[in-house]
Amino acid sequence: MCGIVGLFAKSPKIEERLGVHLAAMLSQMNDRGPDSAGVAVYRDPAPSGSSKLTIFSADPREDWSVLADELGREFGSRSEPGVRASHAVFVVETDAADAEAWVRANRPDLRVMSAGSVIEIYKETGLPREFAEEFRLTDFQGTHALGHTRMATESRVTTEGSHPFSTGLNLCLVHNGSLSNHNRLRENLRREEIGFQTENDTEVAAGYLAWRMREGATLEQALEGCLSDLDGFYTFAVGTADGFAVLRDPIACKPAVLAETDEWVAMGSEWRAISVLPGSADARMWEPEPGVVYVWENELV
Amino acid sequence: MAVAEREQQAAIELVDLETTPLRKLNQRLHDLSQAPGPTAWRIVNPNGAHAVACGLDADVGVEIEGHVGYYCAGMNKRAAVRVHGNASTGLAENMMSGLVVVDGNASQSAGATGRGGLLVVRGDAAARCGISMKGIDIVVGGSVGHMSAFMAQTGSLVVCGDAGEALGDSIYEARLYVRGSVASLGADCVEKELRDEHRVQLAELLKAAEIEADPSDFRRYGSARQLYNFRIDNAGAY
Repeated sequence: MCGIVGLFAKSPKIEERLGVHLAAMLSQMNDRGPDSAGVAVYRDPAPSGSSKLTIFSADPREDWSVLADELGREFGSRSEPGVRASHAVFVVETDAADAEAWVRANRPDLRVMSAGSVIEIYKETGLPREFAEEFRLTDFQGTHALGHTRMATESRVTTEGSHPFSTGLNLCLVHNGSLSNHNRLRENLRREEIGFQTENDTEVAAGYLAWRMREGATLEQALEGCLSDLDGFYTFAVGTADGFAVLRDPIACKPAVLAETDEWVAMGSEWRAISVLPGSADARMWEPEPGVVYVWENELV
Repeated sequence: MAVAEREQQAAIELVDLETTPLRKLNQRLHDLSQAPGPTAWRIVNPNGAHAVACGLDADVGVEIEGHVGYYCAGMNKRAAVRVHGNASTGLAENMMSGLVVVDGNASQSAGATGRGGLLVVRGDAAARCGISMKGIDIVVGGSVGHMSAFMAQTGSLVVCGDAGEALGDSIYEARLYVRGSVASLGADCVEKELRDEHRVQLAELLKAAEIEADPSDFRRYGSARQLYNFRIDNAGAY
C-alpha cells in the first residue's frame, strides 16, 4: 500500500507552518503505511560555499559532537549539529558531494541520508504518527516537503529501507508501489558506478534517476525514462531544490490526488491527506493522468 | 403510526463525521434493514473517509456533504446516496440496486462489478470505470479513463464525454455509449449500430441521471463476440 504526501508552499504563511501541515498530512496516511515513515524537508539554505548533510546513526547513544569536531577539523569552521532523534544535520564548509564522500569513507558506522544546500531527510521505522512527534516535525519551516508512510512488500522494514531515498544532491524520491525488474536494473546501474545500500526496489528507481541525470538528462527526461525502463507499479514523488514532481505508471493502479490553491500545491495518495490543509474544501483538485510528468518549481530568481 | 413517530421519520438525520465514529454511522445505517428509522440522512465532514454509507439495504436517502474516500456506497441496495463532492477509488463497488450520484469526479473503478441500480457521476470518472460490471447502469457526465468497462458482462455505460484507451477490453454483453471520442477500443470491442431501441434506452438513462443530452449524438460499442464462447442459443440469458 504505502502513502505519499507532498506540500509546496506558495505563500510565506504556509512556509512558516510547513512542518505543522506536513505532520498533519503524514498522520492522515498512518494506516496506509504503519511500518515506517520519512520526510524530506527543504528549508534553511546553507550559506554560500557550505552545504548540509543529514546523518543517521543506529546507535541511540551516538555522541554527535565527535563528528562535528571531525568535520570541523577536515573542512574548517565547526558548527553545532541539529539533532532530531536518530538523525543530525551538519552544516559543512565545502560542497555537498565532498562532505558526503568524506563521511562515507571515514565514518562507515553512520549513514548519509541526504546531502545538498537545502534538503534534510529524516526517516525511521514505526508508526508515522509517532515518527511525527519523535522528530518534532511541527517545528519545521520551509519551502516544500515530501513525506512517505511505508507498508513494506519488497524488502525488510529497516530505517535504511524507509523512504525518502536520496537520488542526488537536494534530490529525493518517495514511492507507492512495487518494481519487478529492480534486481536486473540494480546490476546494470552498479556497472554504471551507481551505489546501493539496500535490496530495496525504490532505491533502484532513485539510482536510475541519479544515473540518468548524471548522464545529462533533466529531471523531467529522467522521469519519462522510467516509463520505458521500470517494470512495475508506481506513483513517484520527487523532491528537488526548487519544487517537486509527480509521476504515475501508465497503468496507474496506485492512487494520487493533486490539489492547488493560491497558497499551496499538495499531493497525496488520498484526499484525506490533503483535507487537513487550510482552504482545502475550495481547492482545485484532480487526479494526475497516467504516464504524465507533473512538475512544480519556484521561479528562479 | 403515531404522529410523533412520523415526524421523527420525516426529519433529516444529521451526522457529523468529525464527532461521530464512521463505524457508528454505518452501523446505524445498516440497522435500517432490520428496523425502521430515519429515511433522510445528511452526513457532513466526511473528509475523505473510506467506506462511507457502505452496505446499505433500506429505502433511505443519504446526502453526503464533501469528498469521500474509497468504496463509498459499496454494495448499495435500494438506498439513494448522493455525494456533494468527489469520490475516491471503488465508488459504488458491487452495487446491487438503488441510486448513487456523485456531483464531482470519481476516481478509478467506479461501479466495479456492479450488479444493478444506477450510478451517476456528474463529473469525470477515472480509469477502469465499470470494470467487470454485471448489470449496473452507469452514466458519466464527463469522461472516463483507460480500461473502462474491462470484461463488462451486462448493463450499460453511458459516457457523455470521451473514453480513454482500451475501452471495453474483453467485453461480454454490456452496452457502451460514448458521445465524444474513444482513444482506442480494447480487444474484441467494436462499434455497433445505434438503433431506435438504443436511443430509447439512452433517453431513459439520461433522464434518470438528470443529464441533458441528445441520444442521437452517441455511438454504441459492444462485443464482437470473437473472444469468448458465445452461443446464440443463450442470447436470451443476457
